[in-house]
This record gives sequence, structure tokens and C-alpha cells, in this order.
Amino acid sequence: MDSSTRERRIAEHKKRVNLIFKKCVWDDFLDRALEMSPEDMLEKVKESGLRGRGGAGFPTWLKWKFAREAEADEKYVICNADEGEPGTFKDRAILQEQAGKVLPGMLVCAKVIGAEKGFIYLRGEYAYLLPALSQEVENFNEKIREKGERFSIEIKLGSGAYVCGEETALIESLEGNRGEPRNKPPFPVSEGYLGKPTVVHNVETLVYASIIISEGPECFKSLGTSDSAGAKVFCISGDTDLDEGIYELEMGMTIKEFVELFSDGDIKAVQVGGASGHCVPRKKFADTIIGFEGVPTGGSMVLFNSSRSMYNVLHNYLEFFEEESCGQCTPCRIGCQQLLKGIEAVKSGEKPSEYLDDLVKLAGMMKISAKCGLGQSAANPFISIVEHFREEIMY
Amino acid sequence: MSEKITLKINNIDVTVSAGATVLDAARKLKIKIPTLCNHPDICVAGNCRVCVVEQKDSGALPAACATPAAEGMEIHTNTRRVREARKAVISLLLSEHNNDCLRCYKNGNCELQELATEYTVEADRYISILKDYGVDKSSPSIQKDDSKCVRCQRCVRTCANLQDVSALWISGKGRKNKISTFMDKTIDYVVCTNCGQCVNRCPTGALTEKNYIEEVWGAIDDPSKHVVVQTAPAVRVALGEVLGCETGSRVTGKMVTVLKRLGFDRVFDTNFTADLTIIEEGHELLRRLSEKLRDGKDVPLPQFTSCSPGWIKYAEHVFPEILDYLSTCKSPQQMFGALAKTYYAEKAGIDPADMVVVSVMPCTAKKFEAARPEMNSSGFRDVDCVITTRELGHMIKQSGIDFNNLEESLCDSLLGAHTGAAVIFGATGGVMEAALRTAYEVVTGRAVPFENLNIIPVRGMNGVREASVKIEGCLSEWKFLEGAELKLAIAHGLVNARKLAKQVAEGRSPYHFIEIMACPGGCLGGGGQPIPTNMDIRMKRMDAIYSEDESLEFRKSHDNPEVIRIYEDFLKEPLGKRSHKLLHTRYTERGRYRTLNR
Repeated sequence: MDSSTRERRIAEHKKRVNLIFKKCVWDDFLDRALEMSPEDMLEKVKESGLRGRGGAGFPTWLKWKFAREAEADEKYVICNADEGEPGTFKDRAILQEQAGKVLPGMLVCAKVIGAEKGFIYLRGEYAYLLPALSQEVENFNEKIREKGERFSIEIKLGSGAYVCGEETALIESLEGNRGEPRNKPPFPVSEGYLGKPTVVHNVETLVYASIIISEGPECFKSLGTSDSAGAKVFCISGDTDLDEGIYELEMGMTIKEFVELFSDGDIKAVQVGGASGHCVPRKKFADTIIGFEGVPTGGSMVLFNSSRSMYNVLHNYLEFFEEESCGQCTPCRIGCQQLLKGIEAVKSGEKPSEYLDDLVKLAGMMKISAKCGLGQSAANPFISIVEHFREEIMY
Repeated sequence: MSEKITLKINNIDVTVSAGATVLDAARKLKIKIPTLCNHPDICVAGNCRVCVVEQKDSGALPAACATPAAEGMEIHTNTRRVREARKAVISLLLSEHNNDCLRCYKNGNCELQELATEYTVEADRYISILKDYGVDKSSPSIQKDDSKCVRCQRCVRTCANLQDVSALWISGKGRKNKISTFMDKTIDYVVCTNCGQCVNRCPTGALTEKNYIEEVWGAIDDPSKHVVVQTAPAVRVALGEVLGCETGSRVTGKMVTVLKRLGFDRVFDTNFTADLTIIEEGHELLRRLSEKLRDGKDVPLPQFTSCSPGWIKYAEHVFPEILDYLSTCKSPQQMFGALAKTYYAEKAGIDPADMVVVSVMPCTAKKFEAARPEMNSSGFRDVDCVITTRELGHMIKQSGIDFNNLEESLCDSLLGAHTGAAVIFGATGGVMEAALRTAYEVVTGRAVPFENLNIIPVRGMNGVREASVKIEGCLSEWKFLEGAELKLAIAHGLVNARKLAKQVAEGRSPYHFIEIMACPGGCLGGGGQPIPTNMDIRMKRMDAIYSEDESLEFRKSHDNPEVIRIYEDFLKEPLGKRSHKLLHTRYTERGRYRTLNR
């Protein structure tokens, strides 16, 4: 199958969705949204079943409810555009093409929780998006000011640390501090930016929130599964012959369906959810659902064909983590270094293959004792790759 | 009444106030949860993960120190998962650590070592990832060895939160994460005040004082040298802690005996020059007041005390515009050195070139102070060697002397007599109190109007304290002060000092006299004092200081017979020509960093 045929097949696939990238005129959206009561908006988002699109999948309405109920003089909405997960590049495209749907999402959230200030925390490497995005934000601020709204949005640039995608590290960075995750609780919905209730959302979540408010929860809820309602933007990379890798698809596909759609079939593993996600081997393709009931993903889907060395894949991920761990907590800072050194030592024969079992235990410990989500999930690729491709790590 | 929360720890109910952590609750039940990055003086970090516990219905193991206690919570502190996780965390720390414990200065007083022992960790469970860091020996006060650092960031939080200095900071992510300084420069280069509070809170041997034990032994062993020693007031209420005494024990007499037995030729007392400082500094204040109030001159007021070298260096870096407000008096340590090599040398007929002045200080910044180039008014380096309370503890242990069963003795005379006013220099507020006891009497001819000379309003542990004294019944030459209300302020810990210094820098300080001590609690909580430190320990040392004061015959500096004698025989008058040469100094504007090209 040549790639244009494949593109056509994908376009026509029954799970293909076109909500986010649909070209549509939203001129009256703000008027319609501003007429709605915050309670109505919250109810609509609740009904839609929208969960956070960054990967963790926390119910969006619940986050809003907590922040709404928190008593404070100031509250904040933050759009997390620090898209740093390896293999994820959807937020870039969304901000480039559909910023006009992201900003209303922030407004909606602000109306519900009672915030007057929003921030877009833009990944440092996406600085080239800044001129266009700034213009867009300026226009938006102007427009809603004319409508008598007190909400405004400001863009802040990150400096390139992966960990700043973690919401509390992001907030620290936004406050001008070193980007290191905070202890949770307190969660940002009660004590976030400057100690005030703050909702941090992935870019994609905000777009879906806009769409749900604009077009009603049904358009979203009717898609996907009961645990994983709606659609999701996927970033496909690795061993696929596609030119572009961004596709909006219904949730709940199996990896088998997915691989058949996006590759020529010679795929031995898929890394779902980026470097901090899980590696699913071929034998599990058929019964692994992409979604919160199976393997969740923030969008990254990396395909590996039979020519790939899973040792190299894992080595690459671990190198990434030993550098991108913020370094403050012991399990993550030293654990990541140990996992990397460990597979090198087993490969070279310095350590016996049983040492992998010690390392799996260590990885399990990292998952339960690291301070933040990054540290807890840094062990995911290690655990799944060693479980399914142990021979490749050893020999 | 704050809200109460009841939770279960290891199936035992415990009730705590809202805001308490799981760790607090466990401590209430006397259940020990190991900690490393936690320290009672500084904010919670939750970094080391040694204190993880099991929480019912939670897959992850939360850190007890960073988890707020919640109603109905069920915590278990001793499950297999908890023990294994803790053991793994400690093993990981050891894999990154320079495990050369036997040759480590902190051997036997190291929290990581203690944890490794308790959890029977095999050192080689993981591959060593120890990196090759050089030891930073650039500072005369503090030594930094990153190979022994556990990245608990206690030093960073101390430097930032308690001291407002931020000379130490975190740099690098992941494997490159370390405790660093501005541009990763050496400690002597950056805005370090040498206060040593980081040393007091470092759980391992990563931050230690630069020790001069061998230099002191060397001087003692050299028969051609006449070695005199001085001890600061706060040493005598803390030295016992390193020698097996209860916290808050006063060991003054034994300390004098042991110093004699160690081989010092003369054992004097920094308290002598503390009394002298009061005379000089008190007169300096009165001179500033009269120039301002009587003569209407534009004189820098308030006057800041200048005995705390950490505070002095902080001001030189951060508040250069207020240097004229600092008393020009040298610290008691430096006054002592200058007088030992002039006054004492002359009286005793010793060539100051053959004299070695050693001081025992609760302080690491004193090491830097003694090394200042201007501190040579005797024609020699005034103080040759400064050791901390901890270093003296090491020397006593090395000597094999049974400290606790020593008889007590008194300091040698000439530079040894002291009053209670000098002793209280060791506590925050003490210099203020001592100065008031003297200045008030100079001006009015009567003792300060406080019962038993105890000026309670200036005492205590609040970060910033204010007091005022109304001056009534002045002697004729001080009539211009009649009815004046002397406004005083006291701060300890540089974060508090900043508040008062900022007011002065902005020209809105309402005070006449301000006492600043760089360290929390004053010298008794100094960076050279025994480790550990916490509020309870500092309070006990403080009680000891004030009871020592009350136990002494003379309690006002101007009653010190040897001080009276030195003015008669040598100095002639306060702020006189000799005083000016030997007892007063000047300060240097330092900027935030030295030069970029070094």
C-alpha cells in the first residue's frame, strides 16, 4: 500500500473524527457561551464525560468543580502547552491551526471556576509559534474585553525542561522558580499558582471543552467507550510511512486496529503514551484498548518494526529520563540512572541477567515512591520492555 | 481552638491539629519514621522519600513529612512495602555517595550512616554512580564535598529561608543535579556569609567547617610558641553536648581546666573583650546620640552591632549603603587578638611574633573574620587560628581526658575576668541587654530600671523584637537625653536582619540601636555549635546562658575589674587613640559577586 492510499484509507476509516481540526466559523460562539450560566457549562462538560487529554485522564468537570468550590480572591486557568513528551506533537498543531478554539476553552473554564486570569505556558522550543499566537491572544483579549468580560490571557515561555509539563512544576516555573514538582496535596485546584486555586489543562482538553460547550455534550459523548468518552488526537511516529502523523480518532480502538491502519503490519511493539508510557508487544495488540480502560496516552504512539532493537529503544528512553528527571527526589534521580547503568551492565555481562529482576523491583519502587507523576511513570517503559523483550535486553 | 483531626497510625488512633503532617502524628505516638530531608527549622521538601508510609486505599507510598494528616486516614509505617521502599531509597543514596565513611569528618554523626545501619543496607546493591567532584576548600570557613551530598536540599532551604542569602542553590537536572553556587563558583567567590547554618543542618559530611585542629595541635606542640586561647560565651553552654552531657549543661569551669590540660599556655576568655566591646560600643552609641541630638549633626543612626561576622559580611554584600551605620567596634574575638599581642604581650614580656592566639568559637564565620587582611592591628595577624565548639570537642576526645570528671577552674588573669553581661552575648538580645546595663548607668548614674538587671523585653526567640527605654534622671553632661525614649530592635537569623537593614537603607528606621546576630538564637545557635540543632536545643542553651549570667558576681561590663585595669594601664579612655587603633575597624563593600573573570 503506498502512503497516499493509506492516507485515503485513514480518512475514510470509521473511527476517524473531525472535531478539532474542522474548519468552522465560531463568531457567535462567545455570545452563546457567555449567555450560558457557569452551572450549565459545568453540567455540559460533566455530561460529555471529558477527561484530561494530557494522559492522566482526570475528569475535567471534577477539576472545575473543585476549583469552583475553593474559596479565594483570585483563581487561575493555565493552558499547559509545554508539550514535551517524546513522540507528542499534537498541541503544536492545535495551537498553530486552532488556537481560536483553545482560547474560548480557557474562557469557559475561567467562567466556571471564577478566574480572571489565564496563562498559556508555551514550551520553550515552540517559541516560533509565539508571533502568531500572541496576535491571536491579543485579539481574543480585546474581543472579550469589549464584551465586558474581565478575563484575559497571557503567554509565558518555558525554558525546555521536560518536568515542567508536570502541572506543579509548571506552576513553579510560571512563578519564576526552578521547575520542580511540588508535594501533592495540596493540589493546584486548591493551592496552585501563587497559592491560589488553579486549573491546569492540556491544550487538547481545552479545545474539547470549547467544542462541548459550542456543540453540546452529545457530539463528544456519542464517541468512544464508557470509560473513555470522545475522541483524541494521536501522534503517530516510528515505523510508519505516513507523511503527517496527527490524526483525531475515536477512543477505544485496539492497538491491532491501530497498527493495521497505520502500518504495513510488520510492527513488533507500540510505545503508547511516549517515553513515560507503556510498551505493548505484538501478542497483546488484539486485546489492548487505547484508552483509560487499557493503556492511556497523551497522544504519542510510536511504532517499532521487527528491525528495531528494543534494547536501544529502552536505552534511549532511560537516557532521556536520567537527564530530564528534575533530580530532587531520590527514586527518580538515582533510580533512572541505575536503570540505565543496569541494562548496560547486563548487556555487557558485568552483571548477571538476574540483575534485571532487581531492577524491575527498583522500577516498581520508583512507581510507588517517587514524588511526582514523572518519577512514578519514568519506570513504565522499563517495566514493560523488560517484561516483554527480556532477551533483547540481555543479549 | 484549631480544628482537630483523628487518624489511625498502625491501628492506633491519634488526634492532631489541622495542618499537622502524618509525620507529626506519628511522632505524637512515639512511632519513629526515618527522615533525611526533613528538618524542624526549615520548610518541608518531601524529596528524599525515606519517610514513605503506606496509606490505605492508595497505591503509592506517600512521604509522611509532606502528607497532611486527614480525618479517617489509615497509615501503616512498618509494612513490607514500606521497609523495602525505604531500603531501596537508602541503597540508591549510597550508590551515589562517597562511602568512605571511616575517613569522613562526620563519621559517627551522619544521618545517612545511621539510616544505612538501621536498615542493614548492602552498599553494593546498585552500581556505584559516584561522580568525581573536587572538594571546595576555597573558603576559610566552610568546606563543600559534593561526593557526600544526598541532595536533600536542607542547606539550600537554610540558606534561602533562614538566612535569605541563597549562596547555595540547586543546579542541573537529573544526573547533573547538585547543590551549587552562583555560576558554580567556589564558595569564597559567592555571597556566602560563612554563617555555617548549612553545616549545622547538613545530614552528612557534604558541608563541614574547615577544620584547623592540626594547626592548633601544631602550635601547642611547638615549644617556641606561646599559645593563648580564648573561648566565646556560647561555647560553654554547648560543648558538653559533644562530650556526653545533657543539652543545656554549663561546663565553663571544666572547659577552662581541659584547655589548660590540652597544653595551652594561657586560658583567657572572649568574655573579657565582650565586656570591653560594651564599653567601646556603648560609648560609640552615646557619641552618635549626642552628636545627633545635642549637636544636630547628620550622624548615622541607628547604630548596628558588629559582633556577628556573618551579619557583617552579609551587610557588606547586600547592604553596602548601611555600612556607616555599623558600629566600628571589632568583634570581641578580634579585640582579644589585638590586645593579646599588644597589651598582654607587653605585660607578660613575650614577643608577639612568638605568640599564637587560638579562639574557640560557636561560629564558622569567625574563621573568615580572623583571616580578614585588616585584622592585623597588633602588627601580626591578631587571631591565628579559629576552631569551633565541635573541633574543640574532637580535640578533647583525642586527648583522652575524662572531661566530665574534671575539676573546675578559673581563667588566667589579665584577659580572663568577665561579667554576666559578657556571657549573655551568646544569646540573641544579649548584646543589647549588656549595652543597656552599661549605657543607662553611664548616663544616669543608676542601674537600668529592670528587676535584678534582667531586661526581659529584649530576650526571647521571636525573629525581630522591639523595646524602648525611657531615660530619666540624667547626669548633668547627658542632660540633652533627659526624657528621651531610646528605641531598640533585635533580630537574629539573616532573614530577620534583612527586615531591619532594609528599613535603615530606605531611611525609615525608627530605632536608635539595633542588635543583629546572623544565626538563629544568636551565637548559641551558631554554625560552629554541636549538631543537631533545633528550637528545643537552642532554648536549653539559652536558659543556660541566662543562668550563667545570674550566677556571676559582676553583671555589668563596666564592673569588670580587668576591664577597669586595662583602661587605667593601657587604653586610657573609651574611643581613645589606642582603642581606635586596636579595637575598631572598617568595612568593605563587596557587591553581589567578585568579578566574573576569575
